[in-house]
Amino acid sequence: MLANYAIVGIFLVAAISFPLIPLVLAFFLRPKRPTPLKTSTYECGLEAIGDVHVQFKVQYYLYALAFVIFDIEVIFLYPWAVAFQVVGLYGLIAATIFLLMLFAGLLYEWRKGALEWV
Amino acid sequence: MDALTIPPVDLGLIAPLLVVVTWATGLLLVDTFFIPVGRKKLTGYLAIAGLVVAGLVGLPLWGVSGSTFGGMVRLDPFALTLTWVFLLIGILSITMSLDYLPRQDIEQGEYYPLIMFAVSGMILLAQGADLIVLFLGIETLSITLYILTGFAYPRLTSEEAAMKYLVLGAFAAGFFVYGIALIFGATGSTRLSEIGAYAADRDLGDTNLTLLLGGAAMVLIAFSFKAALAPFHMWIPDVYQGSPTPVAAFMSVGTKGGALAALVRLLFEALPTLNAYWLPVLAGLTALTMVVGNLGAIAQMDVKRMLAYSSIGHAGYVMLGVMVAGEQRGPEAFIFYILVYALSNLGAFAVLIALEHQGEEAWQLDDFAGLYQRQPLLAVAMAIFMFSLAGVPPTAGFMAKFYALTAAWEGGLPWLALVGVLTSAIAAFFYLRVIIRMFMTEPEGEPAPELNRGLTIDIVVAAAGTIIIGLIPAPIFALVERSAVALGG
Repeated sequence: MLANYAIVGIFLVAAISFPLIPLVLAFFLRPKRPTPLKTSTYECGLEAIGDVHVQFKVQYYLYALAFVIFDIEVIFLYPWAVAFQVVGLYGLIAATIFLLMLFAGLLYEWRKGALEWV
Repeated sequence: MDALTIPPVDLGLIAPLLVVVTWATGLLLVDTFFIPVGRKKLTGYLAIAGLVVAGLVGLPLWGVSGSTFGGMVRLDPFALTLTWVFLLIGILSITMSLDYLPRQDIEQGEYYPLIMFAVSGMILLAQGADLIVLFLGIETLSITLYILTGFAYPRLTSEEAAMKYLVLGAFAAGFFVYGIALIFGATGSTRLSEIGAYAADRDLGDTNLTLLLGGAAMVLIAFSFKAALAPFHMWIPDVYQGSPTPVAAFMSVGTKGGALAALVRLLFEALPTLNAYWLPVLAGLTALTMVVGNLGAIAQMDVKRMLAYSSIGHAGYVMLGVMVAGEQRGPEAFIFYILVYALSNLGAFAVLIALEHQGEEAWQLDDFAGLYQRQPLLAVAMAIFMFSLAGVPPTAGFMAKFYALTAAWEGGLPWLALVGVLTSAIAAFFYLRVIIRMFMTEPEGEPAPELNRGLTIDIVVAAAGTIIIGLIPAPIFALVERSAVALGG
């Protein structure tokens, strides 16, 4: 039992040291001659302007919330689809109830105006 | 693919729960689509109707014992009686909210379905026989309460309370889940009965015992937080003070009843063999809770905060019954105490609401000065609730305390019963202080309190219940006795 954990531990140490050792070695061995161009972020596109911590509309949050709910809905529907032949009518009824509950939530959201962009 | 065998599901065993959840979901839609703003009281009436129907649906289940969903949900008289008590708590809380919400200008239709969802969480806690189901129950109860606590938006105190409760509650939920993981690691099951059987059948060995104890400790921490046992009680006064008064009333009795009902099952179905480990810990927590709650209440000049501290103290008395639930007396005392405490405490909060005016809070002790001369009946009702909470004889509170203390004494915890007696003597001081203010001082020109139909019904029902159960406890106690039989196995 504990031996299994030892393997996990060795694996963890190996996994961390594998990329770490070359990086550390390179840090000590490489010549250090920085220029502004070299130290700039290695990315294509434009220079970033301003701060990343900007305020944005709270409505994105509502969309994210609705999205997560329906994301999870799909995840739950997959196993049902795979096992559709086996679970039969029982599964159909259970899935319908599940969908109806989410539909009630959607109706509520719609009626409350959470789906409109203001 | 082989044919899948679907475990038999007996929906009848969760009928009250089903009614509450379906009704609440439907009500949410009916409210948004058909009930115009300004007439949201109708939603409240419909919510009350739903809770009543759920109670009636439970009637034919009396005496039935069984489990379903593969043993994850259990119905027995213990769970059913608690279900009724929880439904009663829900009904009384909604009744006192009907006029409070428009008066505070925070009326929204969602309030009532949310209370129903919270009640469904409590019922699930009473019926759960699996750690995952208990977690589900606790979260259903908590998440709705986070929203309800912040319902007085944009009042800052309400927001602050909701934030505090959310952050600390999420922390406690984390403890719960981690505890479940450890327990599962040690025993290979989340089913309470299987955990119990596993722990009883074999020698666990050091590793597994450590895992199991660690997991149990974490789960107990989560429950202590929800039930407000010291030293996990810090959030109570602030959250109660900030949240809308009916919500505070609901929380004080609801979370306590739900969380401790689940704790009874957890301790005596999953962990009875570890009795030697958890009993001293819980006994210590209980003693501390009674002392901290009752001493803390003395310093409060704000009656709402005083009731918050008193609710901590009462959690300790309820725990007396929980700890000895292995014997017949324990669960009896537990159910009885929850019922009586619910009546007295909801009544006291209802009186507080009657004194609360638009925009101003009249919760200071001085606001009660001379209440007897302004509103004699209200003062008398408040006196009844205070006497009951203090445990003075003709009221139900005395009977409840008497049974809880006897249960602890006979269950092998006499020192704890002594702590209970001493602390309730301390408690008498601050409860009686309110009564003295009401009857023996002159009024200070405050406007007369506003009483309306919902509040009056609430106060009358609570006061009548408190007195009647205090004078003739036999019928209720016969019911409680029969509910408790199934437990402790």
